[in-house]
Amino acid sequence: MKFAVTITLKKDVLDPQGKVVGQTLKNIGIENLNSIRQGKFFEIDLDESDTASGEAKVRKMCEKLLANQIIEDFQIKKI
Amino acid sequence: MMKSSVIVFPGSNCDRDVAVALKKLQFKNSMIWHKETELPKSDLIVLPGGFSYGDYLRSGAIAAKSNILSEVISAGKKGSLILGICNGFQILIECGLLKGALLRNSGLKFISKDIQVKILSNKSKFFNKYKLDEILKLNIAHNEGNYFTSKEHLDELEDNELIPIKYCDENGNINLKSNPNGSINNIAGIFNNKKNILGMMPHPERMSDKILSNESGLGLFLSLMN
Repeated sequence: MKFAVTITLKKDVLDPQGKVVGQTLKNIGIENLNSIRQGKFFEIDLDESDTASGEAKVRKMCEKLLANQIIEDFQIKKI
Repeated sequence: MMKSSVIVFPGSNCDRDVAVALKKLQFKNSMIWHKETELPKSDLIVLPGGFSYGDYLRSGAIAAKSNILSEVISAGKKGSLILGICNGFQILIECGLLKGALLRNSGLKFISKDIQVKILSNKSKFFNKYKLDEILKLNIAHNEGNYFTSKEHLDELEDNELIPIKYCDENGNINLKSNPNGSINNIAGIFNNKKNILGMMPHPERMSDKILSNESGLGLFLSLMN
């Protein structure tokens, strides 16, 4: 069973990398760009058949290691 | 005689520099590999600078889960003195002994240079040998030193003298211009509430011998012996 985890900086945390990426995209002519926030993506393969218990495990991974919840939010999706 | 332990991770690179500074002041120092599960009785525990685990995931995140850290955490909670320098500060944050976060430098560049910090509080085990408002020239070398925390925690830090040092210029001005990395309120180092745990981005161990630089950082180690 596979899960996708997306980690993003919380809304009020400054994201200098995202800002520079956004500015660069504008510089190369991309129009109508409001903002860009940079994050991280994890693809997790679990030896698990029950979705609920799989998701609980991934949630634990996020809380214990993958995300720093002071500055980051995470989203879990089954894929 | 003061006993100290310097914790060594794969990727630590300031561990021996701290050891040299400690030995110069006659500390009885042990180097402790991160896989150890027991910590020798220590008056001071140092988490040194470097790039533990190549800064994978987030700086300090993997080191914060290593065997020895559970010993360091319980020692810290019992009141042992812990000093985290640079990557050591990042590890203290990741393991929860200090609050807040260290983000990428606002200028997006790795900064390695001498800077000035001002002593804003000398009422602690770490800074009692310095004068209030004294300006120290120290070295910084980091990519993630941009301290950030919640408004509530920032107020708590400011109101309780938990920010011993802030970045300033040669004349002691603490402002945007003298802020090298975007750190909130020019914070260069913070304490936990009990002031037994200090995390700081500048490297006092690099300023502990005149042959190398100056002796601005030596006062910190002398304070600990006081």
